[in-house]
Amino acid sequence: MTVLVLDRRGLLLGGAAAALAAGTRVRAENGTVRVTIENLAFVPAEMEVKVGDTIERVNKDPIAHTATVNGRWEVMIPAGATATRVVEAGDGVEYYCRFHPNMTGRIVIRG
Amino acid sequence: MKTYKVIGVSLVLLLSATLGAFAEDKPTDPQIAHIAYTAGVIDIDTAKLALSKSKNKVVVGFAQSMVNDHQAVNDQALALVKKLGVTPEDNATSQSLVKDADKKRAELAKLDGNAFDRAYVENEIAYHKHVNGALKNLLIPSAQNTELKSFLQTGLKLFQGHEQHAEHVAAAQK
Repeated sequence: MTVLVLDRRGLLLGGAAAALAAGTRVRAENGTVRVTIENLAFVPAEMEVKVGDTIERVNKDPIAHTATVNGRWEVMIPAGATATRVVEAGDGVEYYCRFHPNMTGRIVIRG
Repeated sequence: MKTYKVIGVSLVLLLSATLGAFAEDKPTDPQIAHIAYTAGVIDIDTAKLALSKSKNKVVVGFAQSMVNDHQAVNDQALALVKKLGVTPEDNATSQSLVKDADKKRAELAKLDGNAFDRAYVENEIAYHKHVNGALKNLLIPSAQNTELKSFLQTGLKLFQGHEQHAEHVAAAQK
């Protein structure tokens, strides 16, 4: 019986990972959404948040990255570090890493 | 009959020449590891020249991120080859990369100020483009070990990112 529950949990986790890999838009839970940076990619690349939610970016790469919106804001995320930013009105934009501009992400603000 | 024979022999010769060239051109995993590591060292050395010469904040920032990134990734590469039991092997491609880079660095060293900054960034664009091509068309397809292959794929993303970063710096210089 326990084995069955574990199996189910395993399947559910597998499903969530597949959804992330497929680039499904992720919503904030309890006011926070976590973005993992690994192998030069923001995962999830797209998220749906509300003004006042916190975006937490966890950098698992051995190199520094940024989340940058030209002329507006920039979050520096050193190697192995975590950086947070509270979502402000007008933050529904595309952002990129200034050091590696081929890394991009998108924030969608929900009313 | 005679004609057929001649055509047949020519085809065999042509085929074996092509296969021979392909086999010679295709690097082994120890050679690939050496080429990838060398490509990183070259960019670090050129960036160190820029750090010693440039007074432009954006160029200095770019050069510093080249040193940091390639150093970190080369440390990862060393850890990976150790884990895989692969001993990097020097080869003609690595040697030609080093020779070209030494020549380019000597040219850059003669320049100063804006002329240096522009030439350094232009060279960074060209160099990363060149390495991207080698990674995509030769090193990644030739790699046998799956972990090495996947490491090179991340390396390609890094080099492509640096190429775009260098293009942004070049655009800001205009």
